[in-house]
Amino acid sequence: MIELWPAIPLFIAAIMASVTRGSLRAIIMLAAPLISAYAIFQLEPGDVFSVELMGLQLTPVRIDALSILFGYLFNLAALIGVIYALHVKDPMQDLAALAYAGSAVGAVLAGDLLTLFVYWELLALTSVFLIFARRTERAYKAGMRYLLIQISSGLLLLSGAIFYSSAGNGLSFNYIGLESSGGWLIFIAFGIKAAFPLLHGWLTDAYPEATPTGTVFLASFTTKVAIYALARGFPGTDLLIIIGVIMACFPIFYAVIENDLRKVLAYSLINQLGYMVVGIGIGTELALNGTTAHAFSHVLYKGLLMMSMGAVLHVTGEIRGSELGGLYKKMPKTTLLCIIGAASISAFPLFSGFISKAMVVSAAIQEGHTLVWLALLFAAAGVFHHAGIKIPFFAFFAHDSKHIETAHEPPGNMILAMGIAAAFCVGIGSFPGLLYAMLPFATDYSAYDVSHVLAQMQLLAFSALAFAWLKLANIYPPELKSVNLDTEWFYRHLFPQSVKKLLDRLIPVDQAIKKFSFDIFAFSQQVLARHHGSYGILARSWPTGSMVLWVAVLLGLSLLLYYF
Amino acid sequence: MDSKKTKQYIFDDPKNIRLVVRALVTVCIILVGLDLVLHRHASHPLEEIFAFYAIYGFVSCVFLVLLAREIRKLVMRDERYYGDEPDDPEQGKLQEKSAEKSND
Repeated sequence: MIELWPAIPLFIAAIMASVTRGSLRAIIMLAAPLISAYAIFQLEPGDVFSVELMGLQLTPVRIDALSILFGYLFNLAALIGVIYALHVKDPMQDLAALAYAGSAVGAVLAGDLLTLFVYWELLALTSVFLIFARRTERAYKAGMRYLLIQISSGLLLLSGAIFYSSAGNGLSFNYIGLESSGGWLIFIAFGIKAAFPLLHGWLTDAYPEATPTGTVFLASFTTKVAIYALARGFPGTDLLIIIGVIMACFPIFYAVIENDLRKVLAYSLINQLGYMVVGIGIGTELALNGTTAHAFSHVLYKGLLMMSMGAVLHVTGEIRGSELGGLYKKMPKTTLLCIIGAASISAFPLFSGFISKAMVVSAAIQEGHTLVWLALLFAAAGVFHHAGIKIPFFAFFAHDSKHIETAHEPPGNMILAMGIAAAFCVGIGSFPGLLYAMLPFATDYSAYDVSHVLAQMQLLAFSALAFAWLKLANIYPPELKSVNLDTEWFYRHLFPQSVKKLLDRLIPVDQAIKKFSFDIFAFSQQVLARHHGSYGILARSWPTGSMVLWVAVLLGLSLLLYYF
Repeated sequence: MDSKKTKQYIFDDPKNIRLVVRALVTVCIILVGLDLVLHRHASHPLEEIFAFYAIYGFVSCVFLVLLAREIRKLVMRDERYYGDEPDDPEQGKLQEKSAEKSND
């Protein structure tokens, strides 16, 4: 039996897929995640591969209950994403997507901080090509901004790892905590990729600019690797509870007023990450199980929602809510699949969000965090409002748009990928035991009791009622062609503008200095010209006769001196 | 679902929209009614309040939307604020199509 690193098949397939065409390419791309998952299946929790490199003990692969679940999850997400992207004939995207998936699998299996750093930067370098692949000026700029921030996160991780290990902690990646300065650097590095408040600008800026298929991959990997890393390095850190609550609550306001529907999903992605971060902060077995389970179901339903919006973008070329509507008439299958994703993210009973979100919320009550619990309930009502209702409503219903005439169902592979994701959403939601059995800690938790189901149904039904009332009373903010200022304003507007203003101030000073230097230069030139110029005293030409005369005088003088 | 120009879809008829809203209201009433019949066991004192989740859900969403409207006044700008043009849908579509063709 050959044991191989689970990330390797994905990298090899990435290179192979980029140079092959047709059905061979399709087979390679579909096989890669399956082989990688099989490689994980061959390994037992507790298995490690170690290598020694330049005197450093590295652990490129370490399998345990937490990493194994994320490993399977990323391969499942990669498989669904690959099926969704089969119709796209763009070698650059094939290469980027599979290598990106490989980096994600590698990162969650990394047993030391140096290996983690390598995969961490690979995540950035590979994923950015999914944004560049849109091949517009706008996407190129967004990609560069994204890359800059992602790479900085990696550099913080590297410097944190150096500080941390030189303080005698070693390089192995286990509980880190905030006690050391290196710990803080690593925490911030993870925080950037996990889209902590104020560090989240890259996500909502870049994800909506990627290709329809690229965003599906983007939404699955980077942030969930960060969640995994936080869960391993910082469980039980109280600060994370506050951070998580802010993440769960503040993006939903933006989601309500945002026009670009994929950007709405990007905001709701941060909202869902908030639940996971709260779970890590609480740090009990139930909470960490909740985080892991929520990450699992989240990747599937968020992928499904992103895929349905990608299908709309693919078919109509439009994703702004103000320009869409009425598409249920031509895209009934996509509409239905989108609604399944919406029901899952909203945590309807029998859908996947219900059985995972409940664990985090229960953990908050158990640990006596009343305000946290109320905030999470608010976020739960809000997510139904903006992702559960708004996304399907403005894309597929609302007013009839001009795109209805030309719209049609997307290619079969897109429908199939959405169908698989939808089947998982319903499957996990209806048979939660299957997912619970794979969680890092053994659990007998059950989400399905009368009280809980009734409570959730009341919360959701009355949120829907609020939406209906606000919409009918024309209080609901309409979709408008617009852009909303968020933290990226600091580096997209404030910073460039201040540099411009500073330059405007500096230009007169610069000109004065230049003029002064030119004046000095001109003056010295004049002095030089006076002495050395063509009519200068040192450049005057003398007759040859006088030269001979002076030589004769010198010779005469030397003769005279010789005699004395 | 291939349609003739005159084909009527389900929500083209305002009657059906009213039906959906009425169904929603009915469901809401039933769910609150169930609070009287079934005993929701509470892990937190607040949960014991009658129809707590219903009230909380409704108030949350109204609060969310009203505050979002105010936030919009502060942060909303024109689409071209950052200086780049919104993506031209037609152009994007053409590019994608030509990419597909050239590689076939």
